[in-house]
Amino acid sequence: MTKAGTSAVADPSPPAVRLPGRRGVEFALLAVAVLLPVYGYCAVGLARSGTVPPGAAGYGAGLAVLALCAHLAVRLRAPYADPLLLPIAVLLNGLGLVLIYRLDLETPHDKAAPAQLVWSALGVALFTAAVLLLRDHRMLQRYTYVSMVAALVLLALPILFPAVNGARIWIRIAGFSIQPGEFAKVLLAVFFAGYLAGNRHALTYTGRRLWGFKRFELPTGRVLGPIVAIWLLSVGVLVLERDLGTSLLFFGLFVVLLYVATGRTGWIAVGLLLAVAGAVAVGRLEPHVHSRVEDWLHPFASIEAGHGAGQLAQSLFAFAAGGMLGTGLGIGNSVLIGFAVKSDFILATAGEELGLAGLTALFLLYGLLVERGYRTGLALRDPFGRLLATGLASIVALQVFVIAGGVTGLIPLTGMAMPFLAQGGSSVVTNWIIVALLIRMSDSARGQDIRGRAAGRRARARALGGVSDQGPEVPRVPQVPRSPREARDP
Amino acid sequence: MTTYIRRAAALCALLFVALLVNAMRVQVFKAPSYDGNPANRRPEIAHWGRPRGDILVGGRSVTGSRDTGEQLRYERTYRNGPLYAPVTGFASQKYGATLLEDVEDELLAGTEPTLSLLPAWNDMTHSPSPGGRVVTTVDPAAQLAAYTGLGSRRGAVAALEPSTGRVLALVSTPSYDPGELSGNSRSVAAAWKRLSRDPSRPMLNRAIRQTYPPGSTFKVVTAAAALDAGVVRDIDAPTRSPDPYTLPGTSTALSNEVEGCADASLRYAFEWSCNTVFAKLGVDVGLRRMTGSAHGLGFNDADLRIPLPVVRSSFDTAMDRAQLALSSIGQFDTRATPLQMATVTAAVANGGSVRAPYLVERTTTASGATVAVTMPHASHPAMKPGTAARLRELMTGVVADGTGGKAAIPGATVGGKTGTAQHGVGNSGTPYAWFISWARADGAPVPAVAVAVVVEDADADRGEISGGGDAAPIARAVMRAVLDSAEAQRRAVKRGR
Repeated sequence: MTKAGTSAVADPSPPAVRLPGRRGVEFALLAVAVLLPVYGYCAVGLARSGTVPPGAAGYGAGLAVLALCAHLAVRLRAPYADPLLLPIAVLLNGLGLVLIYRLDLETPHDKAAPAQLVWSALGVALFTAAVLLLRDHRMLQRYTYVSMVAALVLLALPILFPAVNGARIWIRIAGFSIQPGEFAKVLLAVFFAGYLAGNRHALTYTGRRLWGFKRFELPTGRVLGPIVAIWLLSVGVLVLERDLGTSLLFFGLFVVLLYVATGRTGWIAVGLLLAVAGAVAVGRLEPHVHSRVEDWLHPFASIEAGHGAGQLAQSLFAFAAGGMLGTGLGIGNSVLIGFAVKSDFILATAGEELGLAGLTALFLLYGLLVERGYRTGLALRDPFGRLLATGLASIVALQVFVIAGGVTGLIPLTGMAMPFLAQGGSSVVTNWIIVALLIRMSDSARGQDIRGRAAGRRARARALGGVSDQGPEVPRVPQVPRSPREARDP
Repeated sequence: MTTYIRRAAALCALLFVALLVNAMRVQVFKAPSYDGNPANRRPEIAHWGRPRGDILVGGRSVTGSRDTGEQLRYERTYRNGPLYAPVTGFASQKYGATLLEDVEDELLAGTEPTLSLLPAWNDMTHSPSPGGRVVTTVDPAAQLAAYTGLGSRRGAVAALEPSTGRVLALVSTPSYDPGELSGNSRSVAAAWKRLSRDPSRPMLNRAIRQTYPPGSTFKVVTAAAALDAGVVRDIDAPTRSPDPYTLPGTSTALSNEVEGCADASLRYAFEWSCNTVFAKLGVDVGLRRMTGSAHGLGFNDADLRIPLPVVRSSFDTAMDRAQLALSSIGQFDTRATPLQMATVTAAVANGGSVRAPYLVERTTTASGATVAVTMPHASHPAMKPGTAARLRELMTGVVADGTGGKAAIPGATVGGKTGTAQHGVGNSGTPYAWFISWARADGAPVPAVAVAVVVEDADADRGEISGGGDAAPIARAVMRAVLDSAEAQRRAVKRGR
């Protein structure tokens, strides 16, 4: 790769009037994000057969091209975007490919890495398209109700298709398996953000008191009605499809956005009550969920019963085998988990072969991605953008928590894809779209400041008679100024 | 709204902290118990993940490893499996390991820390040492002679080098091919089922894991005790013993299968195996001194490891005089492994002192660097040297003039003792034929081999079974093989000079 040359060419020193967009930083981080997975790929080959795998150069080049495409799109259309988002996405996607490639070695008849690479390419293509075509995220607010309908259709679609492994969450078109629920995540986030941005005042300031407390004031049914209906419908569909991870995710997203939009603690209380009631009811009535809860409470019950280790027990064994530093890529035995080892349980492979150190690094990467999303939400000024950014970041955080917590025995296991890491085309594509939206919004957030400040400076300069650049030093890193908006916000 | 976004972010931060804390719990604090869970297959996978080290007999490996590419990857193979099965045992993916494969498992599998100069480094880099090698003391010629000598009959042979305690042959028949139990396939399960249900118990190592009533071969011990105790001072003087001999305190009369035992000398009684004389001698020596002699020769030792665990040979320590009389001729509840009787013979051949037997000469790393060497164990006296000398004289007489004529080897001095052991309820079982012996090549300073043979021939007629007829030729073949290889070695050394 010719990083240095490209960097110099593609990052000309900005003219004095333009403020740094930090694309150079992004480029440097991207180089790291491409090289780390390539190194991992080589490490797998060296551990397994003592040689660097023949495809290492091609694989590295492919990943680099994808990263470069995305980078150029950002450079072109979102020059002020957060420089951490894209490298984190590329790194996670690349590491996921390495882990899947590594697991493919154990299952020679079931290669998943090539398909995952194709899906990743498709994801990056959609990312590029989204960054190039979507000029302003506020455009999405117009499609609030369209998003809702689309999300519901996507959620309902798999009911028409046969169940796969006990869950009706896939549709099959021309040999491809697609999980429409994944795409529905983004659409629902758009709908929630759009609806709440439009109605938050009504939700906040009208309502009837519960037990005479101001804090537990509930909004009127007229305002609450549609959103609860939508939520019930989506959750109902999911319970019918037996995809409880996604159901949990939607519920969490709903509660978080409602709280952020209205600031009413009552919502949290109602949400938690609903959650507890729902969890108890489903846990009691649904045998599928009941068994998951039992597994969580007694992961080794099947061993004591003499049936050998179950999936969760095998996952825990894999994490334990990793210890602090891990066995090294390619040397672990996480394949003992069996079914879904490349998708739901991909984290166990990371835990075994990269150890607690590697797992912590992964969690921190996700944490950083979420943090950049929230920071974008804080920096934006329009309520829709703020809610959407918060919602998208929350999706990632909740999804990581639900699946990572599930495979490490923290919470009952519900099938879900680890964002970017796990095998699953729909998930990878969706996550790239989430990152694209965050990039678009972070560009708006930082751009609005920079443009605003530049305009202000020009005005000041005109007033002072043209001594602008010798004036008080402009902060090199435009931090998000919050105080004026905080005063404005309820 | 900003405050609420921050609170939502704080909630997410909390979720991530929970994930990290839980990861630490699973990967650090709970890890030891998860690693040790019996359902966790990782230790097993690691165990079979490398070629197993080899077991060597006479400088050649009798084992190998085959890469199957399966999860439990390397399977054990055996060269001359049935011949060496009583030494190697089996190493099975499915059914564990026995004998040397079991007791030297850590070394063969490469997990033994002493295989590596820096075990901590190997642990950290996850690069365990390749499996080490086990060099045995077995003489391939003696082993083969014993195995072919036993043929299709049921029995066992143990041969020792008296001056060191090295095990030269360890054979048990019927045998089996341990290679049949390597791996995980269906045929392994079938082989296991067949072998473990076989009434002839082919997987039993009769030389060290089975005890037999030693019968008349135990008279060596009784004679040693009598000579040591001074009960008999002259082996040619009459022993003043009646024929038949009434067991003390009972009205049961003990008789002989041969003539001339009344008042016979020890020499005559030994050569022709007079029960009456030795029963009376045992009673005269007394329980305390009899058990002392038996104990000194290795009876009642439950902890013997060569390093294969050897079952306890027993000489009862609490008996009345009638029981002592029967025990002194190797009946009642006296029981001995073939290895135990070989040890008795070796003690006689070695001037009365016992060298504890051992099967592993040394262990090495895969590249041949020595890990551990077995030094011959310190000898401890089991009888006076004078007693041993007189016993050698008596045993030589058995082969030269008595019941053990078939063990004679030209060009060597051979001493032996036959035995026929009754067993079963009311002695109804087919008797076991015993023969124990030692041999010294003419011109050699000390006997080179001591051997014990037992044949439990279920198919033969009762009358035909006798130590002299069935077991002695096998002992002879084994001794001859050892003497020949010693001779070949001596010549080679001479040529080398």
